[in-house]
Amino acid sequence: MTTETKIEAEPYESSAEDRRIVAALREGDERTFVELVDRLGPSMLRVALLFVRTRAVAEEVVQDAWLGVLSGIGRFEGRSSLKTWIFRILTNTAKTRSEREGRSVPFSSLAGDDDEAGGPTVDADRFQADDHRWANHWTSSPRRFDALPESKLLSAETMGIVQRAVQLLPEAQRVVLTMRDIAGFGSEEVCEALGLTEVNQRVLLHRARAKVRAALEGYFEGESA
Amino acid sequence: MRIEEDLSCAELVELVTEYFEGGLPDRDRERFEEHIVFCSGCENYLDQMRTTIDVVGSLTEDDLAPAVADELLAAFRGWKAGQ
Repeated sequence: MTTETKIEAEPYESSAEDRRIVAALREGDERTFVELVDRLGPSMLRVALLFVRTRAVAEEVVQDAWLGVLSGIGRFEGRSSLKTWIFRILTNTAKTRSEREGRSVPFSSLAGDDDEAGGPTVDADRFQADDHRWANHWTSSPRRFDALPESKLLSAETMGIVQRAVQLLPEAQRVVLTMRDIAGFGSEEVCEALGLTEVNQRVLLHRARAKVRAALEGYFEGESA
Repeated sequence: MRIEEDLSCAELVELVTEYFEGGLPDRDRERFEEHIVFCSGCENYLDQMRTTIDVVGSLTEDDLAPAVADELLAAFRGWKAGQ
């Protein structure tokens, strides 16, 4: 549940927790390593799956990334959070792997690739025409989703609609939405990991969310009609 | 994002993510919030986006297969030994 606003402009100062983990890893503390793998592993797998085709390959990517983390931990300088650093290794590993599989084009080129780069994210016919007294205001008000019962909102069918909407997103939007809203990364971490500018990242996220919203609205409206 | 004196609904919907991210300059944020107070359509739209983010966030994460965790631990021990 990540609706809170995040402002991350402060220069990075490594947290005491990160320093503790790094020191423990360098000393070869197994428990720290296992805890870190447990904590970050699921998100890493999810992100890896954005770059490679199969789950088996994604698991290999995650594993290779951890090996990269171990071989690099001695040189980790704490200029970013440990998590950001680990995910940069992960996305680099995943990108290399997907290029080797001949699947992928560089992410930065995908980001500019969306057909609808500048178009509106809500259908123009939802708003009054330019010559209308209430030009560009809603023709009919959207209905609140939070008035729906939770059983409906989180039903298997609704989740299916959402899942499909996410799958249908252009790749760059899907990757950004997944990292931000499912895996729970901050904007700075996503920009770092994917080599995107702040504005780029936000536009992709906005377009992605708006499309999933439209899919949900269409589904709920169809139900109540 | 530059906003004219009167923010229209069509403009506001494009600023929602920037608003959530805390990225709007003060003046634009004020206009945004003033608009929401008087416009139930946009208030509802904002709610739809919030709910969408929450529902997307509840898509489940797969767990790492236990075999992977075991292999990683073995790799960790190997790394430790070789240090």
